[in-house]
Amino acid sequence: MAYPASSEPHPSGLLRHVTGRVFIYGALLLWAFICIFPIYWTVSTSLKKAPNVMKGNLIPWLDFQPDWLGWRSLGLSPDTIFNVSTVRDEFLLRFENSILVSIGAAALAIIIGSLAAYGLSRFQYRLGPWRNKDISFFFLSQLILPPVVLAMPFLVLYKELALLDTITGLVLVYTLMVLPIVIWIMRDQFDTIPIELEQAALVDGCSVWGAFLRIVLPIALPGIVAAFILAVVLSWNEYFFAALLTSTNAKTLPVMVASQTGSQGISWWSMAALSTAAIAPLVLIGVFLERYIVKGLTAGAVK
Amino acid sequence: MQTGQATAGGQVYEAAEQNLSARRKVWGRILIVAASLGLAIMVMWQLLDSMGVIATGFPNWRPVAFAYLVWAIALGAGQVMIHGENGHRALFLLPALLFTIAMVIFPTFFGLYIAFTDWNLSSFTGQKFNGLDNVRALVADEYFWNALLNMVYYVLSVAVQYAIAFGLALLLNAEIKARKFFRVAFLLPFMLSPVAISWMIGKSLMEYRFGPLATLMRHLGWESPAFFATPWIARLSIVAMDSWVWIPFIMILLLAGLQALPKEVQEAAKVDGATPWQSFWQITFPLMLPISVTAIVLRIIFQLKLADIVINTTSGGPGGATDTVSSFIFREYRDRSNVGYGTMVAEAYLIIIIIFITLLLKVLRRWMREENDA
Repeated sequence: MAYPASSEPHPSGLLRHVTGRVFIYGALLLWAFICIFPIYWTVSTSLKKAPNVMKGNLIPWLDFQPDWLGWRSLGLSPDTIFNVSTVRDEFLLRFENSILVSIGAAALAIIIGSLAAYGLSRFQYRLGPWRNKDISFFFLSQLILPPVVLAMPFLVLYKELALLDTITGLVLVYTLMVLPIVIWIMRDQFDTIPIELEQAALVDGCSVWGAFLRIVLPIALPGIVAAFILAVVLSWNEYFFAALLTSTNAKTLPVMVASQTGSQGISWWSMAALSTAAIAPLVLIGVFLERYIVKGLTAGAVK
Repeated sequence: MQTGQATAGGQVYEAAEQNLSARRKVWGRILIVAASLGLAIMVMWQLLDSMGVIATGFPNWRPVAFAYLVWAIALGAGQVMIHGENGHRALFLLPALLFTIAMVIFPTFFGLYIAFTDWNLSSFTGQKFNGLDNVRALVADEYFWNALLNMVYYVLSVAVQYAIAFGLALLLNAEIKARKFFRVAFLLPFMLSPVAISWMIGKSLMEYRFGPLATLMRHLGWESPAFFATPWIARLSIVAMDSWVWIPFIMILLLAGLQALPKEVQEAAKVDGATPWQSFWQITFPLMLPISVTAIVLRIIFQLKLADIVINTTSGGPGGATDTVSSFIFREYRDRSNVGYGTMVAEAYLIIIIIFITLLLKVLRRWMREENDA
């Protein structure tokens, strides 16, 4: 049997090697194109005029003259940025809401999640018949719960608690949503930290909390960052609860995008500009913090 | 709550034995009992007020939420006072536990109550208990069964996503240049919000008149590329969009698995003269089974929640062909304000999911054990 030769340049082996390479890079490039083209299409459409959209022009300057059309309707183009724009105010408000909600939920989930994960990683709890394994499973099992099950009770509950259409309300729901994932990631992180470090700190007179805050947390920082970023991304993209639990004040960006999608008269370039603005932070996170996303997703999955 | 001796990885580290004064323990108990009483009184008071028995309650239930918070703090403080060092340890777990219980347990049980009422937000008469009417309506509701059947198709599509993701993971694991670029590019779809994707792909790329994908399809000979007009094509279009988002997730897990594989085994196979095809099926694939199972189970769990893309692209159309259970319930809430019935559907769906996932895990566990024994 022949196999791709690495050392001896046998002619047939070389041919096979070259075709193999061509196939690999062809497949890689094809999939990269599939992944990136929709994003490229959206960004470029935000710069097109109506005839360019209809003709399906693709490359700026070459087959269409870019224009700030979409961004002007959002009030974000260079010539309108200093003018008063209600659309821009609306957009910025939604953007700010999204930031507040996702950062707030991620922070809260990290705080209570890492505490619980540390406890579960280091101590033995007994809660009636439940041991650590059962408590961990209880937290993880929340992942299975589909949002629709909680949606209505939350709507009624929030009405009674005066939390409907508030940032706080959304933060609490999203914290609940990302908590299982945060606990999962952080537990995996804490399990890799040798316990001797804390034992030494305890001998030196640290309390359990002192050892946790001063010794363990700094070492666990990469895991915290990974969990935080993943939590931010998941909360940023969440639509279901935001659509049901908010109306005017606390509406987030996805809800705004969705409501624009539904309306008939909206022009393509405005919609494209809005979509671009909504996904831009995520694309930036994806490009620069990919390492942490991957770390977060694969935590505990590979043993 | 009790905390025992601390162990981690089989090791034990003992809490220093503390002599807690009996008085401290008594005060700790008093604190917890007082806080519990306070919470109970608040709940009762507000309950009586909302039932109209007394008229001196608060305008909403928010003070009760604060009372719960105070109670939680008192509970934590009481733990420390009673159990000393072990109480400190309990403090790590308590916040997450109390938060989850407050946020999940109560709504789930309250949901069960709603599910048996004829609650409709747009009706003026208010809600009343209607027994098993919702269950009967559910059994007779074609749209629900149709949505459930669609979920079967959507879950089955995970197999295709898995195959593609495995291929991509193998490609990324090969010796290639610009690996970082391809990894980032392949990950991007997973980062984007489904709502934006609904427009970017569903309503723009796949647009009938001048979407580039429709144009491409015309060139390839499909005369009227309407992606959301006939049931099966619409379903496939939704599956394609959903796969576009989720393939990166499976791919990343599988890639991590591939990178953790021992290199020696594959080298040995190569030396023994196995073709790449053989060494994949006989070495790589079996070694990747555990991580594959993890990825597929997680993916199925997320797939069962599929809603955003369907809601924003097709609203379940044409004729319910792309409906998921979640998007169906969403419309029930949003368009018909039918809270009671919608919640009944949701609770029924939860029960179906729990049974399905439990069975799935059981079957997989048994199958994995047999694989290992064989």
